[in-house]
Amino acid sequence: MTQQKPLTPDPQIKPANPSWWLQFVSTPLAKCLFALAMILLIGCLFNADGSFFKFGTHRDTLRQSAVYGILATGMTLVILTGGIDLSVGSVLALAAVTGSMASIHWGWPGYIVFPLVILVGASAGFVSGGLVAWLKVQPFIATLAMMVFARGLAKWVTGGAKVSTAVPQADGSFEYVDVPELFRLIDSRWLYDSVSVVSLIFIVCWLFAAIVLWRHRWGRELYAIGGNVEAARLSGIPVARSTIWAYVVCGGMAGLAGLCQAAQEQQGDSDVGVTYELVAIAMVVIGGTNLMGGRGGLGLTLIGILSIGYLEKILSINAVPEAGRLMLTATIIIVAVLAQRSKTI
Amino acid sequence: MSTPLASLSSICKSFGSHRVLNCVDLELLPNQVHWLAGENGAGKSTLIKVLGGIHKPDSGEITVAGQQVKFQSPQDATAAGIAVIHQELSVIPSMTVEDNLLLGRQPTTFGFIRTGGARASVMEMLNRLRLAVSPDEMVEKLSMASRQRLEIAKALSLDSKIIVMDEPTSSLSAPEVDDLFELIAELKSDGCAILYVSHKMEELERIADTVTVLRDGVVAGSGASVNVSKSRLVQWMVGREVDEQFPERTCKPGECRLRVKIATSKASESNAITELNVAAGEVLGIGGVEGCGATELLMAIFGADSSFGDLELQVDGNPVAIRSPRDAIAHGLALVTNDRRGNGLVLDLSCRENVVMAVRDRLCHGPIRQLASEVNVSDQFSKQLQVRAASLDLPVAALSGGNQQKIVLAKWLATGPKVLLLDEPTRGVDVGAKQEIYSLINRWTDDGLAIVMVSTEMPELLAMSDRIMVMRDAKFSAEFRTEEATAEAVLWAAISDDPSSNHGEASQSGLAGAVQV
Repeated sequence: MTQQKPLTPDPQIKPANPSWWLQFVSTPLAKCLFALAMILLIGCLFNADGSFFKFGTHRDTLRQSAVYGILATGMTLVILTGGIDLSVGSVLALAAVTGSMASIHWGWPGYIVFPLVILVGASAGFVSGGLVAWLKVQPFIATLAMMVFARGLAKWVTGGAKVSTAVPQADGSFEYVDVPELFRLIDSRWLYDSVSVVSLIFIVCWLFAAIVLWRHRWGRELYAIGGNVEAARLSGIPVARSTIWAYVVCGGMAGLAGLCQAAQEQQGDSDVGVTYELVAIAMVVIGGTNLMGGRGGLGLTLIGILSIGYLEKILSINAVPEAGRLMLTATIIIVAVLAQRSKTI
Repeated sequence: MSTPLASLSSICKSFGSHRVLNCVDLELLPNQVHWLAGENGAGKSTLIKVLGGIHKPDSGEITVAGQQVKFQSPQDATAAGIAVIHQELSVIPSMTVEDNLLLGRQPTTFGFIRTGGARASVMEMLNRLRLAVSPDEMVEKLSMASRQRLEIAKALSLDSKIIVMDEPTSSLSAPEVDDLFELIAELKSDGCAILYVSHKMEELERIADTVTVLRDGVVAGSGASVNVSKSRLVQWMVGREVDEQFPERTCKPGECRLRVKIATSKASESNAITELNVAAGEVLGIGGVEGCGATELLMAIFGADSSFGDLELQVDGNPVAIRSPRDAIAHGLALVTNDRRGNGLVLDLSCRENVVMAVRDRLCHGPIRQLASEVNVSDQFSKQLQVRAASLDLPVAALSGGNQQKIVLAKWLATGPKVLLLDEPTRGVDVGAKQEIYSLINRWTDDGLAIVMVSTEMPELLAMSDRIMVMRDAKFSAEFRTEEATAEAVLWAAISDDPSSNHGEASQSGLAGAVQV
């Protein structure tokens, strides 16, 4: 029996900061919150004659961020594995036209259309994920192909026309039908007009993904795969299956976002959602999730979503023209990413 | 004789037409450390991969605990109680200690992780390996030694009885090596069988019970370590008797080539040595333990790292300002880093491309590459360094470690340097190539090159240096002429705060045991 020596402390670990406050400000979360606080402060200064302080402004910000937010939530899961999904904008369009045709043209009830769009998006995600995990296609390439394919499929399904409540008839005339119940429901507000249903859908998606990432073993597996795929494989983690699930959930959420988009526009447009994937990626990155995978999380993504959402809102209530909005947004992305950079690593 | 925990018999494995393992037998007994040696390319790593379930053998049998097994995957090998601790550790830096230990087998309810469900067993695992880290600490904050311990903890928690360690000391400092060997002794007494793969001969005497040497895919020799002499072992490895590992050095120092003055506040404390000189034809050895700052010093001299602090440099007596590696090369400096795969070579490029990388600007006519002169230069220097490659157009990754190192040396020699900075020039290089590199060092100094060599391998430092400076905490703590330097004295200066303490005390307190001679 060998003699038990005392525990050897690791010399490389520096003793904890004396103050919890100093520890907190160096975390990614604190930096992220700081960025959001700065943006809100700008909103208070440039409040467009007080309209920034109105409740409706904040309600609308959340509503306008919701579709992007749902995309960014799914995107976070994929990026954590070290991948990327460029197809979410096109998948959103595909789901938007599918959902519109099913509800408007065919009159299918909401409890069928709702799962249908999720299924459409999830199928696209399954194909992307399969290409990545089984056929070892680089995520950028696989989802780039899916982006082109889904857009083409959306145009083929609609024949290039918008799917609206003016339903074309065989004789070339149009018959006008009511906006479907499902679309009205999604486009309405609940709780004495205080929150839009799309915002609620976004919050539910985010909560679902956040809880899964935090406490479900699959969530840990995504971090492990993004952190060191070889170590994950050798630890017996089903790398292919977990990776594919990330793309499936991301695709499913893109499908749901497509339904929200269609409901708000009251039509299915196969040209909708171009560059939405880039906004979603920007939201994830501003939050501080690493594009190499393995680091970050949904809490950070939420702040990223709100940062971009509020920035857009503040610029629009101050009537900044679109040209200026785009350039300012780009600047904020770079500033936020630079602020996230940790000095120690 | 107890029954082996695992035995490999007549294992053969070929990759394409190349036979890597040819009827290899190996037995792993409980309570024993089995030392597996051999030059690079002898088949050691393939053998480990066969045992670890990564490669399937073409023929031959693996028996674990009396049962014949056929591994389809690394998981099968893990299930059979075999844990392989690879050189590149497979812990995930961006996750916590606890997550790493429990990866893939957290206690869950409907797939949801129960927090704290395994905290007690995690603490037990950490305590068993005497790792005083919090389970919530991120692994990236841990030292390499702690990460290695973490991996061993993971292996033990899987009830592994057979532990394979592939060059475990390659990134550890001397005290960390001592700790590791203590741990290995404990594992041994707990009934584990340990297969220990290493180049370092001095480790053999310290821990090995049995030795097996592979050469060109066959077992060149095997026996109880007490019966195997060092020269015998080298003979097995290289297939010929090697009398001495180091060639004789004669030093005729010329005029001073490089003078470095460290101007940091840290180093300018009283009685610290703040100046470094190296003359033409001289090898200045810099010793110290891993993390002593010598690597950073070389990087700083080369203009590649600003974290060391301010340096005043003189080349051939003229003050120079070096702000980037580009400046350094222009002033006749060359740096062979200690991590050839990480920052010495572009592994996917051909040998030729790698050799001309630092001189391509000079070979170009304006913006146009001169392919013929690139071929000439790479031919000339590869020949001079006796690089053995089927073709210089092959990616450099296809070469053995020793030949890769020669490509790095060729790259820097092609720049025609006045001062060559070498950081661990023989790390991960087999015995034969080591000797060739030593003779090359002698030849270059005869030609008037000044060499600064950082080495943590004591025998190499003592044998190849004309003068030795020792670093500790990014400061110079001692300087020795080569005839007055002993392993004890150098090590003492490298690890102790008080260089004036007598060395006799050091050896009495067991420090001599840590000296790697």
